[in-house]
Amino acid sequence: MDNHELIPHLFRTEYRKIISVLCKLFGIEHIEIAEDIVSDTFLLASETWGLKGLPKNPAAWLYTVSKNKTKDFLKHNAVFKKEIYLNIKQTATNYEKIEIDLSAKNINDSQLQMMFAICHPSISKEAQIGLSLNILCGFGVEEISNAFLISREATYKRLARAKEQLRMEKVIIELPAQTEINNRLETVLTTVYLLFSEGYYSISQNTTLRKDLCIEAMRLNLMLIENEQTNIPSANALLSLMCFHSSRFEARTDQNGELILYEDQDESLWNKDLIVKGEYYLYQASTGQKLSKYHLEAAIAYWHTHKNDTVEKWENILQLYNKLLQIEYSPIAALNRTYALSKANGKQEAIVEAEKLNLINDHFYFTLLGELYRNIDNKKAKMNFQLAHKLAKTKNDKQTLQAKINSF
Amino acid sequence: MKEFLLVFRSDFVHNEAQPSPEQFQSMMKNWQDWMGSLGAQNKLVSSGNRLATEGRVVKPNNIVTNGPYVELKEAIGGYIIVRADSIDDAADLAKGCPILLIKGNVEVRTVVSMDENS
Repeated sequence: MDNHELIPHLFRTEYRKIISVLCKLFGIEHIEIAEDIVSDTFLLASETWGLKGLPKNPAAWLYTVSKNKTKDFLKHNAVFKKEIYLNIKQTATNYEKIEIDLSAKNINDSQLQMMFAICHPSISKEAQIGLSLNILCGFGVEEISNAFLISREATYKRLARAKEQLRMEKVIIELPAQTEINNRLETVLTTVYLLFSEGYYSISQNTTLRKDLCIEAMRLNLMLIENEQTNIPSANALLSLMCFHSSRFEARTDQNGELILYEDQDESLWNKDLIVKGEYYLYQASTGQKLSKYHLEAAIAYWHTHKNDTVEKWENILQLYNKLLQIEYSPIAALNRTYALSKANGKQEAIVEAEKLNLINDHFYFTLLGELYRNIDNKKAKMNFQLAHKLAKTKNDKQTLQAKINSF
Repeated sequence: MKEFLLVFRSDFVHNEAQPSPEQFQSMMKNWQDWMGSLGAQNKLVSSGNRLATEGRVVKPNNIVTNGPYVELKEAIGGYIIVRADSIDDAADLAKGCPILLIKGNVEVRTVVSMDENS
Protein backbone atom coordinates (compact mmCIF):
# COMPACT_ATOMS: atom_id res chain seq x y z
CA MET A 1 0.00 0.00 0.00
CA ASP A 2 1.51 3.36 -0.91
CA ASN A 3 1.03 6.71 0.84
CA HIS A 4 -2.05 7.63 -1.16
CA GLU A 5 -3.88 4.57 0.02
CA LEU A 6 -2.38 4.24 3.46
CA ILE A 7 -3.74 7.46 4.93
CA PRO A 8 -7.35 6.85 3.88
CA HIS A 9 -6.93 3.29 5.14
CA LEU A 10 -5.66 4.46 8.51
CA PHE A 11 -8.36 7.09 8.63
CA ARG A 12 -10.93 4.30 8.35
CA THR A 13 -9.37 2.13 11.02
CA GLU A 14 -7.80 4.57 13.49
CA TYR A 15 -10.01 7.66 13.38
CA ARG A 16 -12.82 6.09 15.35
CA LYS A 17 -10.49 4.54 17.90
CA ILE A 18 -8.82 7.80 18.83
CA ILE A 19 -12.05 9.77 18.70
CA SER A 20 -13.87 7.28 20.93
CA VAL A 21 -11.13 7.41 23.55
CA LEU A 22 -11.01 11.21 23.48
CA CYS A 23 -14.79 11.58 23.59
CA LYS A 24 -14.96 9.22 26.52
CA LEU A 25 -12.35 11.37 28.26
CA PHE A 26 -13.89 14.74 27.36
CA GLY A 27 -17.58 13.83 27.49
CA ILE A 28 -19.82 13.77 24.43
CA GLU A 29 -20.59 17.49 24.72
CA HIS A 30 -17.06 18.17 23.53
CA ILE A 31 -17.21 15.86 20.56
CA GLU A 32 -16.16 18.65 18.19
CA ILE A 33 -12.92 19.26 20.09
CA ALA A 34 -12.12 15.57 19.82
CA GLU A 35 -12.88 15.70 16.10
CA ASP A 36 -10.60 18.71 15.64
CA ILE A 37 -7.70 17.05 17.45
CA VAL A 38 -7.97 13.86 15.41
CA SER A 39 -8.38 15.75 12.12
CA ASP A 40 -5.31 17.85 12.96
CA THR A 41 -3.38 14.67 13.66
CA PHE A 42 -4.24 13.22 10.29
CA LEU A 43 -3.46 16.51 8.56
CA LEU A 44 -0.02 16.52 10.17
CA ALA A 45 0.46 12.88 9.17
CA SER A 46 -0.23 13.58 5.51
CA GLU A 47 2.18 16.54 5.52
CA THR A 48 4.98 14.90 7.49
CA TRP A 49 4.82 11.47 5.90
CA GLY A 50 4.78 13.02 2.45
CA LEU A 51 8.03 14.85 3.20
CA LYS A 52 9.89 12.43 5.45
CA GLY A 53 8.48 9.10 4.47
CA LEU A 54 6.45 6.66 6.52
CA PRO A 55 7.13 6.06 10.21
CA LYS A 56 7.82 2.47 11.25
CA ASN A 57 4.50 2.07 12.98
CA PRO A 58 2.04 4.58 11.49
CA ALA A 59 -0.79 3.78 13.94
CA ALA A 60 1.48 4.28 16.95
CA TRP A 61 2.66 7.56 15.40
CA LEU A 62 -0.95 8.73 15.20
CA TYR A 63 -1.58 7.78 18.83
CA THR A 64 1.48 9.66 20.09
CA VAL A 65 0.71 12.78 18.07
CA SER A 66 -2.92 12.84 19.11
CA LYS A 67 -1.90 12.39 22.74
CA ASN A 68 0.50 15.31 22.51
CA LYS A 69 -2.05 17.46 20.74
CA THR A 70 -4.57 16.70 23.47
CA LYS A 71 -2.11 17.60 26.21
CA ASP A 72 -1.23 20.81 24.39
CA PHE A 73 -4.85 21.67 24.06
CA LEU A 74 -5.49 21.07 27.74
CA LYS A 75 -2.50 23.17 28.72
CA HIS A 76 -3.95 26.14 26.89
CA ASN A 77 -7.57 25.72 27.89
CA ALA A 78 -7.79 25.95 31.63
CA VAL A 79 -11.59 26.12 31.68
CA PHE A 80 -11.98 23.11 29.49
CA LYS A 81 -9.42 21.24 31.51
CA LYS A 82 -11.49 21.73 34.63
CA GLU A 83 -14.52 20.26 32.92
CA ILE A 84 -12.57 17.23 31.94
CA TYR A 85 -11.42 16.74 35.48
CA LEU A 86 -15.05 16.81 36.48
CA ASN A 87 -15.89 14.36 33.76
CA ILE A 88 -13.32 11.82 34.79
CA LYS A 89 -13.79 12.61 38.48
CA GLN A 90 -10.09 13.06 38.89
CA THR A 91 -8.89 15.20 41.75
CA ALA A 92 -5.30 15.58 40.73
CA THR A 93 -4.48 19.14 39.75
CA ASN A 94 -1.60 18.37 37.48
CA TYR A 95 -2.91 18.20 33.94
CA GLU A 96 0.24 16.40 32.88
CA LYS A 97 -1.16 13.45 34.76
CA ILE A 98 -4.37 13.18 32.74
CA GLU A 99 -3.92 9.86 31.13
CA ILE A 100 -4.89 9.45 27.53
CA ASP A 101 -5.25 5.72 27.50
CA LEU A 102 -4.85 4.36 24.00
CA SER A 103 -4.40 0.76 25.07
CA ALA A 104 -6.20 -1.92 23.06
CA LYS A 105 -8.60 -2.58 25.91
CA ASN A 106 -9.59 1.04 26.45
CA ILE A 107 -9.93 1.55 22.70
CA ASN A 108 -12.32 -1.41 22.51
CA ASP A 109 -14.33 -0.37 25.56
CA SER A 110 -14.60 3.23 24.42
CA GLN A 111 -15.71 2.24 20.92
CA LEU A 112 -18.36 -0.12 22.21
CA GLN A 113 -19.67 2.55 24.57
CA MET A 114 -19.53 5.09 21.77
CA MET A 115 -21.64 2.83 19.56
CA PHE A 116 -24.35 2.81 22.20
CA ALA A 117 -24.11 6.53 22.90
CA ILE A 118 -24.64 7.27 19.22
CA CYS A 119 -27.60 4.92 19.04
CA HIS A 120 -29.38 6.93 21.74
CA PRO A 121 -33.19 6.95 21.28
CA SER A 122 -33.34 10.76 21.34
CA ILE A 123 -31.94 11.04 17.81
CA SER A 124 -33.56 9.79 14.63
CA LYS A 125 -32.57 6.48 13.09
CA GLU A 126 -31.11 8.11 9.97
CA ALA A 127 -29.07 10.48 12.11
CA GLN A 128 -27.83 7.58 14.26
CA ILE A 129 -26.64 5.70 11.22
CA GLY A 130 -25.12 8.84 9.71
CA LEU A 131 -23.31 9.66 12.93
CA SER A 132 -22.08 6.08 13.29
CA LEU A 133 -20.67 6.18 9.78
CA ASN A 134 -19.10 9.57 10.52
CA ILE A 135 -17.57 8.84 13.92
CA LEU A 136 -17.19 5.07 14.13
CA CYS A 137 -16.23 4.49 10.53
CA GLY A 138 -14.48 7.70 9.58
CA PHE A 139 -16.88 8.41 6.68
CA GLY A 140 -16.72 11.93 5.31
CA VAL A 141 -19.81 14.01 4.53
CA GLU A 142 -19.46 13.16 0.85
CA GLU A 143 -19.41 9.40 1.40
CA ILE A 144 -22.40 9.57 3.71
CA SER A 145 -24.30 11.63 1.11
CA ASN A 146 -23.56 8.92 -1.43
CA ALA A 147 -24.66 6.15 0.91
CA PHE A 148 -27.99 7.86 1.66
CA LEU A 149 -28.46 9.49 -1.74
CA ILE A 150 -28.98 12.92 -0.17
CA SER A 151 -27.19 16.24 -0.71
CA ARG A 152 -24.04 17.19 1.17
CA GLU A 153 -25.81 20.09 2.87
CA ALA A 154 -28.55 17.78 4.10
CA THR A 155 -25.96 15.32 5.43
CA TYR A 156 -24.04 18.09 7.13
CA LYS A 157 -27.20 19.42 8.77
CA ARG A 158 -28.30 15.95 9.83
CA LEU A 159 -24.95 15.29 11.54
CA ALA A 160 -24.81 18.68 13.23
CA ARG A 161 -28.36 18.26 14.56
CA ALA A 162 -27.57 14.79 15.86
CA LYS A 163 -24.49 16.03 17.72
CA GLU A 164 -26.48 18.90 19.20
CA GLN A 165 -29.10 16.40 20.36
CA LEU A 166 -26.48 14.24 22.06
CA ARG A 167 -25.21 17.33 23.83
CA MET A 168 -28.66 18.45 24.94
CA GLU A 169 -29.59 15.01 26.22
CA LYS A 170 -26.27 14.87 28.09
CA VAL A 171 -25.72 11.36 26.81
CA ILE A 172 -23.02 9.62 28.80
CA ILE A 173 -20.53 7.42 27.02
CA GLU A 174 -21.03 4.18 28.87
CA LEU A 175 -22.76 0.86 28.41
CA PRO A 176 -26.43 1.33 29.27
CA ALA A 177 -28.42 -1.08 31.46
CA GLN A 178 -29.21 -4.50 29.99
CA THR A 179 -32.82 -3.69 28.96
CA GLU A 180 -31.67 -0.50 27.27
CA ILE A 181 -28.87 -2.42 25.54
CA ASN A 182 -31.44 -4.73 23.99
CA ASN A 183 -33.46 -1.75 22.74
CA ARG A 184 -30.50 -0.01 21.17
CA LEU A 185 -28.77 -3.08 19.78
CA GLU A 186 -31.19 -3.18 16.85
CA THR A 187 -29.90 0.19 15.62
CA VAL A 188 -26.32 -0.79 16.35
CA LEU A 189 -26.74 -3.92 14.22
CA THR A 190 -28.46 -1.97 11.42
CA THR A 191 -25.51 0.39 11.36
CA VAL A 192 -22.97 -2.43 11.25
CA TYR A 193 -24.91 -4.08 8.42
CA LEU A 194 -25.17 -0.82 6.48
CA LEU A 195 -21.43 -0.31 6.80
CA PHE A 196 -20.81 -3.82 5.51
CA SER A 197 -23.23 -3.35 2.61
CA GLU A 198 -21.58 -0.08 1.69
CA GLY A 199 -18.35 -2.01 1.23
CA TYR A 200 -19.84 -5.14 -0.32
CA TYR A 201 -22.29 -3.66 -2.80
CA SER A 202 -20.73 -0.28 -3.51
CA ILE A 203 -20.12 0.40 -7.20
CA SER A 204 -16.74 1.90 -6.34
CA GLN A 205 -13.94 0.02 -8.08
CA ASN A 206 -11.54 0.64 -5.22
CA THR A 207 -11.52 -2.93 -3.91
CA THR A 208 -8.99 -2.22 -1.14
CA LEU A 209 -11.23 0.43 0.34
CA ARG A 210 -14.30 -1.75 -0.02
CA LYS A 211 -12.65 -4.69 1.68
CA ASP A 212 -11.62 -2.38 4.52
CA LEU A 213 -15.22 -1.36 5.06
CA CYS A 214 -16.32 -4.98 5.25
CA ILE A 215 -13.53 -5.90 7.65
CA GLU A 216 -14.30 -2.88 9.85
CA ALA A 217 -17.97 -3.82 10.01
CA MET A 218 -17.02 -7.35 11.03
CA ARG A 219 -14.63 -6.00 13.63
CA LEU A 220 -17.32 -3.79 15.17
CA ASN A 221 -19.64 -6.79 15.17
CA LEU A 222 -16.99 -8.98 16.81
CA MET A 223 -16.64 -6.40 19.57
CA LEU A 224 -20.34 -6.85 20.34
CA ILE A 225 -19.92 -10.61 20.52
CA GLU A 226 -16.86 -10.47 22.73
CA ASN A 227 -18.78 -8.47 25.31
CA GLU A 228 -21.04 -10.64 27.43
CA GLN A 229 -23.81 -8.04 27.65
CA THR A 230 -24.09 -7.51 23.91
CA ASN A 231 -23.46 -11.08 22.80
CA ILE A 232 -27.02 -11.80 21.66
CA PRO A 233 -28.16 -14.35 19.02
CA SER A 234 -28.96 -11.77 16.32
CA ALA A 235 -25.47 -10.24 16.64
CA ASN A 236 -24.01 -13.71 16.00
CA ALA A 237 -26.39 -14.18 13.07
CA LEU A 238 -25.26 -10.90 11.53
CA LEU A 239 -21.59 -11.83 11.87
CA SER A 240 -22.34 -15.23 10.34
CA LEU A 241 -24.04 -13.51 7.40
CA MET A 242 -21.05 -11.23 6.86
CA CYS A 243 -18.59 -14.16 7.06
CA PHE A 244 -20.51 -16.08 4.36
CA HIS A 245 -20.73 -13.03 2.10
CA SER A 246 -17.10 -12.02 2.46
CA SER A 247 -15.97 -15.61 1.80
CA ARG A 248 -16.74 -14.79 -1.85
CA PHE A 249 -14.83 -11.52 -1.89
CA GLU A 250 -11.91 -12.78 -3.99
CA ALA A 251 -14.16 -14.67 -6.38
CA ARG A 252 -16.66 -11.92 -7.13
CA THR A 253 -14.49 -9.42 -8.96
CA ASP A 254 -12.06 -9.84 -11.85
CA GLN A 255 -8.68 -8.10 -12.24
CA ASN A 256 -10.39 -4.94 -13.48
CA GLY A 257 -12.69 -4.77 -10.47
CA GLU A 258 -15.71 -5.87 -12.56
CA LEU A 259 -18.32 -7.95 -10.83
CA ILE A 260 -18.46 -11.69 -11.53
CA LEU A 261 -21.93 -13.18 -11.06
CA TYR A 262 -22.43 -15.97 -8.53
CA GLU A 263 -23.06 -18.61 -11.21
CA ASP A 264 -19.78 -17.78 -12.96
CA GLN A 265 -17.57 -17.63 -9.88
CA ASP A 266 -14.58 -19.90 -9.38
CA GLU A 267 -15.50 -21.84 -6.26
CA SER A 268 -11.88 -22.58 -5.44
CA LEU A 269 -11.46 -18.88 -4.68
CA TRP A 270 -14.11 -18.96 -1.96
CA ASN A 271 -12.47 -18.53 1.43
CA LYS A 272 -13.03 -21.81 3.34
CA ASP A 273 -11.97 -20.32 6.69
CA LEU A 274 -14.63 -17.64 6.49
CA ILE A 275 -17.26 -20.24 5.52
CA VAL A 276 -16.35 -22.31 8.58
CA LYS A 277 -16.48 -19.16 10.74
CA GLY A 278 -19.89 -18.32 9.28
CA GLU A 279 -21.14 -21.79 10.20
CA TYR A 280 -19.74 -21.38 13.70
CA TYR A 281 -21.51 -18.05 14.34
CA LEU A 282 -24.74 -19.35 12.80
CA TYR A 283 -24.59 -22.21 15.29
CA GLN A 284 -23.94 -19.70 18.09
CA ALA A 285 -26.94 -17.71 16.88
CA SER A 286 -29.36 -20.60 17.14
CA THR A 287 -30.47 -20.01 20.71
CA GLY A 288 -33.27 -17.93 22.19
CA GLN A 289 -36.79 -17.27 20.96
CA LYS A 290 -36.38 -14.56 18.39
CA LEU A 291 -35.80 -15.34 14.74
CA SER A 292 -34.30 -12.13 13.39
CA LYS A 293 -33.94 -11.19 9.74
CA TYR A 294 -30.20 -11.71 10.18
CA HIS A 295 -30.83 -15.35 11.10
CA LEU A 296 -32.79 -15.83 7.90
CA GLU A 297 -30.33 -13.96 5.72
CA ALA A 298 -27.40 -15.87 7.25
CA ALA A 299 -29.17 -19.18 6.57
CA ILE A 300 -29.79 -18.10 2.95
CA ALA A 301 -26.12 -17.18 2.63
CA TYR A 302 -25.21 -20.56 4.13
CA TRP A 303 -27.11 -22.39 1.36
CA HIS A 304 -25.29 -20.28 -1.20
CA THR A 305 -21.98 -21.69 -0.01
CA HIS A 306 -23.15 -24.93 -1.68
CA LYS A 307 -22.74 -24.25 -5.34
CA ASN A 308 -24.54 -27.32 -6.71
CA ASP A 309 -28.21 -26.91 -7.58
CA THR A 310 -30.26 -29.38 -5.59
CA VAL A 311 -34.00 -29.51 -4.88
CA GLU A 312 -33.19 -29.36 -1.17
CA LYS A 313 -31.08 -26.23 -1.55
CA TRP A 314 -33.66 -24.20 -3.46
CA GLU A 315 -36.62 -25.39 -1.39
CA ASN A 316 -34.76 -24.28 1.73
CA ILE A 317 -33.83 -20.94 0.22
CA LEU A 318 -37.43 -20.38 -0.91
CA GLN A 319 -38.81 -21.07 2.55
CA LEU A 320 -36.23 -18.77 4.15
CA TYR A 321 -37.20 -15.95 1.77
CA ASN A 322 -40.89 -16.65 2.50
CA LYS A 323 -40.18 -16.12 6.20
CA LEU A 324 -37.92 -13.11 5.60
CA LEU A 325 -40.63 -11.36 3.58
CA GLN A 326 -43.13 -11.94 6.36
CA ILE A 327 -40.79 -10.08 8.73
CA GLU A 328 -39.73 -7.27 6.41
CA TYR A 329 -40.39 -6.36 2.80
CA SER A 330 -37.62 -5.30 0.47
CA PRO A 331 -37.63 -5.30 -3.35
CA ILE A 332 -34.39 -7.28 -3.49
CA ALA A 333 -35.79 -10.00 -1.22
CA ALA A 334 -38.97 -10.11 -3.36
CA LEU A 335 -36.88 -10.62 -6.52
CA ASN A 336 -34.63 -13.23 -4.93
CA ARG A 337 -37.62 -15.07 -3.54
CA THR A 338 -39.16 -15.24 -7.00
CA TYR A 339 -35.92 -16.61 -8.45
CA ALA A 340 -35.82 -19.28 -5.72
CA LEU A 341 -39.48 -20.03 -6.50
CA SER A 342 -38.60 -20.74 -10.13
CA LYS A 343 -35.87 -23.14 -9.01
CA ALA A 344 -38.07 -24.90 -6.43
CA ASN A 345 -41.56 -24.83 -7.96
CA GLY A 346 -40.85 -24.23 -11.64
CA LYS A 347 -40.78 -21.30 -14.05
CA GLN A 348 -44.51 -21.21 -14.83
CA GLU A 349 -45.47 -20.46 -11.23
CA ALA A 350 -42.59 -18.03 -10.86
CA ILE A 351 -43.70 -16.06 -13.95
CA VAL A 352 -47.20 -15.61 -12.49
CA GLU A 353 -45.69 -14.41 -9.21
CA ALA A 354 -43.09 -12.20 -10.89
CA GLU A 355 -45.76 -10.40 -12.95
CA LYS A 356 -47.46 -9.43 -9.66
CA LEU A 357 -44.38 -7.70 -8.24
CA ASN A 358 -44.61 -4.70 -10.56
CA LEU A 359 -41.20 -3.23 -9.69
CA ILE A 360 -41.17 -1.24 -12.90
CA ASN A 361 -38.29 1.09 -12.00
CA ASP A 362 -35.87 -1.69 -11.22
CA HIS A 363 -33.67 -3.15 -13.96
CA PHE A 364 -33.14 -6.30 -11.88
CA TYR A 365 -36.91 -6.89 -12.08
CA PHE A 366 -36.90 -6.95 -15.88
CA THR A 367 -33.70 -9.01 -15.92
CA LEU A 368 -35.46 -11.60 -13.73
CA LEU A 369 -38.54 -11.59 -15.99
CA GLY A 370 -36.25 -12.00 -19.01
CA GLU A 371 -34.58 -15.04 -17.45
CA LEU A 372 -37.92 -16.58 -16.46
CA TYR A 373 -39.41 -16.18 -19.95
CA ARG A 374 -36.27 -17.57 -21.64
CA ASN A 375 -37.15 -20.77 -23.55
CA ILE A 376 -40.80 -20.33 -22.59
CA ASP A 377 -41.64 -17.17 -24.53
CA ASN A 378 -38.45 -15.83 -26.11
CA LYS A 379 -40.21 -12.79 -27.54
CA LYS A 380 -41.24 -11.68 -24.06
CA ALA A 381 -37.79 -12.62 -22.73
CA LYS A 382 -36.09 -10.32 -25.23
CA MET A 383 -38.56 -7.51 -24.58
CA ASN A 384 -37.87 -7.68 -20.83
CA PHE A 385 -34.11 -7.66 -21.33
CA GLN A 386 -34.55 -4.57 -23.49
CA LEU A 387 -36.53 -2.85 -20.73
CA ALA A 388 -33.82 -3.80 -18.24
CA HIS A 389 -31.15 -2.41 -20.59
CA LYS A 390 -32.99 0.91 -20.73
CA LEU A 391 -33.06 1.15 -16.92
CA ALA A 392 -29.55 -0.14 -16.19
CA LYS A 393 -27.15 2.51 -14.93
CA THR A 394 -23.64 1.12 -15.09
CA LYS A 395 -21.71 0.34 -18.26
CA ASN A 396 -21.07 -3.18 -17.03
CA ASP A 397 -24.78 -3.89 -16.49
CA LYS A 398 -25.63 -2.51 -19.91
CA GLN A 399 -23.00 -4.71 -21.57
CA THR A 400 -24.21 -7.85 -19.80
CA LEU A 401 -27.80 -7.09 -20.80
CA GLN A 402 -26.88 -6.28 -24.41
CA ALA A 403 -25.24 -9.71 -24.67
CA LYS A 404 -28.46 -11.30 -23.42
CA ILE A 405 -30.54 -9.34 -25.97
CA ASN A 406 -28.17 -10.40 -28.77
CA SER A 407 -28.52 -14.06 -27.80
CA PHE A 408 -32.06 -14.21 -29.25
CA MET B 1 -54.11 1.43 0.24
CA LYS B 2 -56.47 0.04 2.85
CA GLU B 3 -56.06 -2.83 5.25
CA PHE B 4 -58.19 -5.94 5.23
CA LEU B 5 -58.61 -8.81 7.65
CA LEU B 6 -58.61 -12.28 6.13
CA VAL B 7 -60.26 -14.85 8.38
CA PHE B 8 -59.72 -18.52 7.59
CA ARG B 9 -62.58 -20.85 8.41
CA SER B 10 -62.81 -24.58 8.07
CA ASP B 11 -64.02 -27.72 9.77
CA PHE B 12 -60.80 -28.32 11.65
CA VAL B 13 -62.19 -30.96 14.01
CA HIS B 14 -64.02 -33.26 11.64
CA ASN B 15 -61.74 -32.99 8.68
CA GLU B 16 -61.72 -36.56 7.37
CA ALA B 17 -58.54 -38.32 8.47
CA GLN B 18 -55.61 -36.74 10.25
CA PRO B 19 -53.09 -35.67 7.62
CA SER B 20 -50.01 -37.84 7.16
CA PRO B 21 -46.63 -36.21 7.88
CA GLU B 22 -46.10 -35.83 4.12
CA GLN B 23 -49.49 -34.17 3.67
CA PHE B 24 -48.81 -31.94 6.63
CA GLN B 25 -45.43 -30.99 5.16
CA SER B 26 -47.00 -30.08 1.84
CA MET B 27 -49.76 -28.06 3.56
CA MET B 28 -47.07 -26.14 5.43
CA LYS B 29 -45.30 -25.44 2.16
CA ASN B 30 -48.53 -24.24 0.53
CA TRP B 31 -49.16 -21.83 3.39
CA GLN B 32 -45.59 -20.55 3.47
CA ASP B 33 -45.47 -20.12 -0.31
CA TRP B 34 -48.74 -18.18 -0.22
CA MET B 35 -47.66 -15.94 2.67
CA GLY B 36 -44.28 -15.44 0.99
CA SER B 37 -46.09 -14.40 -2.18
CA LEU B 38 -48.13 -11.78 -0.28
CA GLY B 39 -44.90 -10.59 1.38
CA ALA B 40 -43.12 -10.34 -1.97
CA GLN B 41 -45.93 -8.13 -3.28
CA ASN B 42 -45.57 -5.97 -0.17
CA LYS B 43 -49.23 -6.71 0.61
CA LEU B 44 -48.76 -8.42 3.98
CA VAL B 45 -49.39 -6.13 6.95
CA SER B 46 -49.37 -8.81 9.65
CA SER B 47 -48.88 -12.54 9.44
CA GLY B 48 -51.52 -12.77 12.20
CA ASN B 49 -51.94 -15.95 14.20
CA ARG B 50 -53.09 -19.55 13.91
CA LEU B 51 -55.71 -20.63 16.47
CA ALA B 52 -55.96 -23.95 18.33
CA THR B 53 -59.24 -25.86 18.13
CA GLU B 54 -59.89 -25.66 21.85
CA GLY B 55 -62.00 -22.69 22.96
CA ARG B 56 -64.55 -21.23 25.35
CA VAL B 57 -67.57 -19.08 24.67
CA VAL B 58 -68.55 -16.69 27.42
CA LYS B 59 -72.16 -15.51 27.53
CA PRO B 60 -74.12 -13.18 29.83
CA ASN B 61 -74.87 -14.42 33.33
CA ASN B 62 -71.54 -16.20 33.72
CA ILE B 63 -72.41 -18.91 31.26
CA VAL B 64 -69.28 -20.47 29.81
CA THR B 65 -69.48 -23.19 27.18
CA ASN B 66 -66.83 -25.24 25.45
CA GLY B 67 -65.87 -24.43 21.89
CA PRO B 68 -66.90 -21.54 19.70
CA TYR B 69 -68.58 -23.88 17.25
CA VAL B 70 -71.87 -22.44 16.15
CA GLU B 71 -71.40 -24.63 13.18
CA LEU B 72 -68.43 -26.97 13.10
CA LYS B 73 -67.76 -26.33 9.43
CA GLU B 74 -67.12 -22.69 10.17
CA ALA B 75 -64.53 -22.71 12.96
CA ILE B 76 -61.92 -19.96 12.73
CA GLY B 77 -58.44 -21.41 12.24
CA GLY B 78 -56.46 -18.21 11.89
CA TYR B 79 -56.21 -14.74 10.41
CA ILE B 80 -53.83 -12.35 8.70
CA ILE B 81 -54.01 -8.68 7.69
CA VAL B 82 -53.26 -7.59 4.11
CA ARG B 83 -52.96 -4.32 2.24
CA ALA B 84 -54.91 -3.69 -0.98
CA ASP B 85 -56.50 -0.91 -3.04
CA SER B 86 -60.02 -2.24 -2.68
CA ILE B 87 -61.98 -5.04 -1.10
CA ASP B 88 -62.12 -6.74 -4.51
CA ASP B 89 -58.33 -6.68 -4.77
CA ALA B 90 -58.15 -8.10 -1.25
CA ALA B 91 -60.56 -10.85 -2.29
CA ASP B 92 -58.28 -11.58 -5.28
CA LEU B 93 -55.37 -12.04 -2.87
CA ALA B 94 -57.47 -14.50 -0.86
CA LYS B 95 -58.08 -16.69 -3.92
CA GLY B 96 -54.65 -18.29 -3.48
CA CYS B 97 -55.23 -19.22 0.15
CA PRO B 98 -54.51 -22.92 0.85
CA ILE B 99 -57.56 -23.16 3.17
CA LEU B 100 -59.61 -23.39 -0.03
CA LEU B 101 -57.83 -26.67 -0.85
CA ILE B 102 -59.37 -28.29 2.23
CA LYS B 103 -62.87 -26.93 1.48
CA GLY B 104 -62.54 -24.04 3.91
CA ASN B 105 -63.30 -20.42 3.15
CA VAL B 106 -61.79 -16.97 3.62
CA GLU B 107 -63.81 -14.07 4.94
CA VAL B 108 -62.48 -10.70 3.77
CA ARG B 109 -63.30 -7.65 5.91
CA THR B 110 -62.22 -4.03 5.68
CA VAL B 111 -60.32 -2.79 8.72
CA VAL B 112 -61.81 0.51 9.87
CA SER B 113 -58.99 2.90 10.69
CA MET B 114 -59.09 5.28 13.63
CA ASP B 115 -59.51 8.36 11.42
CA GLU B 116 -62.57 6.99 9.67
CA ASN B 117 -64.10 6.07 12.97
CA SER B 118 -63.91 9.47 14.61
